[in-house]
Amino acid sequence: MSAHDHAEGLPHQPETATLEGRNKILGFWIFLGAETVLFGTLFSAYLALRHNVMDGPHPSELFQLPMVFAATMILLTSSLTSVFAVQALHSHKKNAMVGWLLVTILLGLGFLGLEIYEFSEYVHEGHGFTTSAFSSAFYTLVGFHGAHVAFGILWIGLLILQIFKKDLTVVTAPKIYVSAIYWHFIDVVWVFIFTVVYLMGKVG
Amino acid sequence: MKRLLPLTAIFMLILSACGREDLSTLNPQGPVAETQYDLMKLSIGIMTLVVVVVFAICIYVLIKFRRRKGDKTIPKQVEGNHTLEIIWTVIPLVLLLILGVPTIQHVFGLAKDYSDDKSAVHVKVTAHQYWWEFEYTDYGITTAQELIVPTDKKIQFDLTAADVKHSFWIPAIGGKMDTNPGMTNNMYLEFPNEGVFRGKCAELCGPSHALMDFKAKAVSSDSFDRWVSAMKAPAVMPADPEIAETFNAQCLSCHAVGEKGGNSAPNLTGIGGRQTVAGILFNSDVVADPEKEDKTTAENLHDWIADPQKVKPGNTMPQVDLTPEQIDGIAKYLAGYKLDY
Amino acid sequence: MSAHAHEHKVKRYTGLMDWLTTVDHKKIGILYMIAGLFFFLIGGLEAILIRVQLMEPNNDFVSADTFNELITMHGTTMIFLAAMPLLFALMNAVIPLQIGARDVAFPFLNSLGFWTFFFGGLLLNLSWFASAVPDAGWTSYVPLASNTYSSGHGVDYYVIGLQIAGIGTLLGGINFMATIINMRAPGMSFMRMPMFTWAIFITSALIVFAFPVLTVGLVALMFDRLFEANFFEAGNGGNEVLWEHIFWVFGHPEVYILIMPAFGIISEIVSTFSRKRLFGYSSMVFATVLIAFLGFMVWAHHMFTVGLGPVANALFSIATMLIAVPTGVKIFNWLFTLWGGSIRFTTASLFAIGFIPTFVMGGVTGVMLASAPADFQYHDSYFVVAHFHYVIVGGLIFGIFAGLHYWWPKMFGRMLNEGLGKITFWTFFTGFHLTFFVQHFLGLLGMPRRVFTYLPNQGFDTMNMISTIGAFLMGIGTIAFLLNVFITWAKPRNAAADAWEDGRTLEWTIPSPPPEYNFKQTPLVRGYDAWWKEKMDGNKEMTPAEPVGPIHMPSPSIIPLVMSIGLFIAGYGFMYDNLIVGGVGLLITLGGMFFRSVFDDHGFHIEPEDQDKGVHA
Repeated sequence: MSAHDHAEGLPHQPETATLEGRNKILGFWIFLGAETVLFGTLFSAYLALRHNVMDGPHPSELFQLPMVFAATMILLTSSLTSVFAVQALHSHKKNAMVGWLLVTILLGLGFLGLEIYEFSEYVHEGHGFTTSAFSSAFYTLVGFHGAHVAFGILWIGLLILQIFKKDLTVVTAPKIYVSAIYWHFIDVVWVFIFTVVYLMGKVG
Repeated sequence: MKRLLPLTAIFMLILSACGREDLSTLNPQGPVAETQYDLMKLSIGIMTLVVVVVFAICIYVLIKFRRRKGDKTIPKQVEGNHTLEIIWTVIPLVLLLILGVPTIQHVFGLAKDYSDDKSAVHVKVTAHQYWWEFEYTDYGITTAQELIVPTDKKIQFDLTAADVKHSFWIPAIGGKMDTNPGMTNNMYLEFPNEGVFRGKCAELCGPSHALMDFKAKAVSSDSFDRWVSAMKAPAVMPADPEIAETFNAQCLSCHAVGEKGGNSAPNLTGIGGRQTVAGILFNSDVVADPEKEDKTTAENLHDWIADPQKVKPGNTMPQVDLTPEQIDGIAKYLAGYKLDY
Repeated sequence: MSAHAHEHKVKRYTGLMDWLTTVDHKKIGILYMIAGLFFFLIGGLEAILIRVQLMEPNNDFVSADTFNELITMHGTTMIFLAAMPLLFALMNAVIPLQIGARDVAFPFLNSLGFWTFFFGGLLLNLSWFASAVPDAGWTSYVPLASNTYSSGHGVDYYVIGLQIAGIGTLLGGINFMATIINMRAPGMSFMRMPMFTWAIFITSALIVFAFPVLTVGLVALMFDRLFEANFFEAGNGGNEVLWEHIFWVFGHPEVYILIMPAFGIISEIVSTFSRKRLFGYSSMVFATVLIAFLGFMVWAHHMFTVGLGPVANALFSIATMLIAVPTGVKIFNWLFTLWGGSIRFTTASLFAIGFIPTFVMGGVTGVMLASAPADFQYHDSYFVVAHFHYVIVGGLIFGIFAGLHYWWPKMFGRMLNEGLGKITFWTFFTGFHLTFFVQHFLGLLGMPRRVFTYLPNQGFDTMNMISTIGAFLMGIGTIAFLLNVFITWAKPRNAAADAWEDGRTLEWTIPSPPPEYNFKQTPLVRGYDAWWKEKMDGNKEMTPAEPVGPIHMPSPSIIPLVMSIGLFIAGYGFMYDNLIVGGVGLLITLGGMFFRSVFDDHGFHIEPEDQDKGVHA
């Protein structure tokens, strides 16, 4: 029940060992429910406006599928590495966990870099934020997701520092667990973006 | 007290009857409004029944089961009653069915589209802050603020807005339909009775939303044909050449008379015969039953041109730089510009 | 509990700092109540000004511009800044007590939720001092709310103020959902939860699933206004109807977010003051869930005249009518709770009993509005104004007044004066019906809503005058309530634990006001109406579920306040295009999150020997 226990004394699933931990995980799932509605609304707005390209480039001319596919693969891999991190958490392997978290962050950074590059390309091709209703909805939807990735990177980075300082405990374990759920969530959202925005943009 | 309130209100309602014939939804003046009124009566009937039942039970319970002083008894703790609960689930469902069937029937009935019907009159309504433009696409004529329609035909409206969202409503003739900028809505209405009906804007559209009234005038078929011809006739310009020149320079850049002028402001052809100036200043020399505070067309026009913001705050008509004589001249000219129909 | 938990010394504050740093749900409840009443008075004043302007035709008491500002701020303030926080006040004050918990699941987030709501509301209302007041209606329909037609900063205040306040509401929703799921006392299964707890559980779920929609809508409108995006700009491919959909997909559940808690309050009070178990508890629960569920699929009944076509209108008509069925179930369950009971008339029960017929009147006009062809006549007329005031004031505000009078002794340890309470009820109740009953007919006679004035000779004059008189009566009722609060404040704190003697639920088993840890020993719940059951079994107190021991408490924290001030500053920065100020504000907020994450709150323990300090028996 205390913050000073060492990894050896941790239960198998330290994230649910305390009421605080269970509350945190439950509360976070509820929060993700709200996030789902948030992205659902952004998707609806995008779907309502995606044909209104005005003078800007059409999505089928604009989107470069190979690059987006690469970004998708990077993010999917990062989801896998965050699963490895949680597995390490459950077997109390602190160093392995931190290692996988670092890989996750790096992959996240790679994804973000590609996205920024992609956006700057689009702007050069005349697809700015203010070009059309389509472009505004596109940047808002994809940008919201990108901001979530960026926040996740900062958050997991901060947690890694905390693990060094505080060790793996029943206080820090739920934080790691919750950040992993978050990371999966933004991964799932990206799968939808890839399908609805990019694939449908290419064919429709 | 609770029982007296609705009673006094209903009494008062009887006093004021069902409102003005040219305005109230309770005095329908056309088949569309009648259909809606029938549905309103049906739903009010059902709902009154519900309210009466609830009030009756409520009052009975409050009197019968009030706690007497010092009463310490514990009433029987009832968990529920399946029969009762089924009853008050099924009865509302039946009541809703009674209301739901005609609802669906009329949803589709009133959505009929006469756009391709050659026998209907087609009017394109464009709402502006704070005036109404009526374009008769069959005849190539445009008027403003006063819709003229024949009594023997269906009128098919194409509704849109030039700036913000408005809503087109002639309560005595039929329900409203929104005018959405960038989109077109369709609605038909019928005006079987001759007369002038009051129209309103029903969607908040800015400071003068409250003053965005218009009139719908239903006339006989012959009269309507005469009106169409008169609208197509060449413009009548002011007799006084100086006023004519001022009018041409200051007014026709936005307004139009006959074939002359612009179209960014209300069309003024035949304005002297309209019921109101700016939709809200009633012309005592035109309306059938003027109130004592109403002014003549010329006076109203004078007030409007001299200070449009005072009449309709936030409207887009500028205070034109005119001398009092010029205002007078233009007001008199416009007041005399009547169409014979 | 290990002994070394006491190593952490926690600074405990008194006076103002106590209130600014508190994470105690009971104090946060009081903060919500004070803020909510403050905004209720502002919104009420705006209502009075509106009614004075409409007292007679062609009145020029306020200008057309000011009138639009008044109606916009009245609606926005009453919904988001008065009704919601007053509900949150009761949620905070009561829910943990009703489920036998020592606090909510996230005390820190609870405080953060209050302060973000408060600073969002403050920002919105500061628009009056900036002479840039939102004026596009509480629905803020575009294009009227767009840059082109509202070029000042007015709508920016609306967008950003609501965004910040909305964060607070969302946090509250998450918090109470988690609390009710995870923190119930042993033995309290879902089907033993008090009806108010059920109502708040469902309300919280509605908040969680509805508010993010508003968030996106406000973001889109903000992007359109501040960064020239094109969501709603028809000229650049945008779509104004999209705003209406987004707004009402949020807005309709919001209506249920407001009324559900009132349903819960009424259920508690009706049951307590008739000394009877709630009739048909399980069907009440089922009806509540069903209403919430249907509440998400009826939004387009606010848009029958938008031109969605007959198929959509027919479907949404029928779906809307269906809501009447579970609502009717609730009404009759209340009536049959009273039936056969021993009804005591207190201010609280008067408001609850007054609620029933009043809400029925609002409900039946709702069914009338659901009939799309007839709605073509009602829509945006005074009929609609009458309808939603019947449900919001006659429903929700009556419910809040009932709840405040009912739980006041639990919150403050003092009974409100019954004489003044009854004056409050009768003036408010009479004033309410005077104000709004006639408005049904104004609408049917052809008076559109949101008009700053009306022409004479249209048959509107008398009824508008009556309506204005009613509004003043409601004002007097509110003043009577405030007087009651001030007068009883001077009285000793002598309310009994079971203040109304007929309490049925756990909050009535602990002292009034409760100690900061609520329950010295977590109670064991042996059935529905846990306390009533014990009383009927002849017990004087609940069976404890744990031995007496040290009680762990969360530490107070100033961080929620700081984070909210950060958002407030950021809001101002973005509004006036000052990205540096905006960035600094966001950094303050993020810094708060950083501190909260890095420095763990170990809390503190209250030892058994200290547990009775300051608690009156």
